[in-house]
Amino acid sequence: MTQGVGVAGIYVHDQDEALAFYVDKLGFAVHTDARNGDYRWLTVQHPDQPSFQLGLFKPQPPTVDEASAQIMRQMTAKGAMPPLVLVVADCRAAYDRLRQRGVEFTQEPVERYGSVDASFRDPSGNGWKMIEAR
Amino acid sequence: MTAGRVKLGRDPALLRRLLRAKDRMDAASHEEWPIPRLAKVSGVSEAHFARSFKDAFGVPPHRYLLTRRIERASALLRDTELQITEVAFRTGWNSLGTFGRIFRDVTGESPSDLRARERAHEHQLEEVPHCFVSAAHRPDLKIAVSEKRRQAIMGNGPGPNETEDP
Repeated sequence: MTQGVGVAGIYVHDQDEALAFYVDKLGFAVHTDARNGDYRWLTVQHPDQPSFQLGLFKPQPPTVDEASAQIMRQMTAKGAMPPLVLVVADCRAAYDRLRQRGVEFTQEPVERYGSVDASFRDPSGNGWKMIEAR
Repeated sequence: MTAGRVKLGRDPALLRRLLRAKDRMDAASHEEWPIPRLAKVSGVSEAHFARSFKDAFGVPPHRYLLTRRIERASALLRDTELQITEVAFRTGWNSLGTFGRIFRDVTGESPSDLRARERAHEHQLEEVPHCFVSAAHRPDLKIAVSEKRRQAIMGNGPGPNETEDP
């Protein structure tokens, strides 16, 4: 048994769009895709991290009321949600590969603090920092 | 609340495109970012861009750019041995005088004072990704630089009719 954080989620504008991005472009795999009426529980997994699921959640009732959901959609689109960090073995190689697949980079790879980092956003506006493992 | 009541400025699709303009300024704050260039990045008309940007992010686009330039200049002063003239040049200023004046207006100290103060104590920031470090150090520009300067001279706060211009 592995103890620890099992799921942490981000808000996305459109779950189909998010799924295509995280699976087809970033290389994650779908872990759970379950629907109940309008609600959809969708999580993906990094291939090297079987004990952790990244939730791709749409802010919507019944988990949040519609007024709050609207604010969360705006916050996400403005890039105001908390930072996300993706650790990669080779930042420049990952940058080239992901950029070719159409990932929207907001910062090219830069070498600093003894590592290399770049930044990209998902289609919803969530910002990822991509850092080379040290 | 129905979708029909969503204000145009609050439309997530528009906000996402405005974020693109903000990201581009972040990535190259030393460059010139006239409204037509920013409007094109966002796919918004030139007439509506500045207002939409301010509605979304709380400050006009060029004031936002100014905060990013000061932030980058502060980082260069802190982390490098570059001459102040070179720091000004690299962060988008054509005039050392303008750089020094705006820097002082925004941060409350001169570039050389900031450098001396930052050097005086060791930083423990190596474990924090750079973007978060820069966000944490971002100058908080709530009023226009010109207005801040005027207030300092006049020794009082803004009147009710003051507008915020970059």
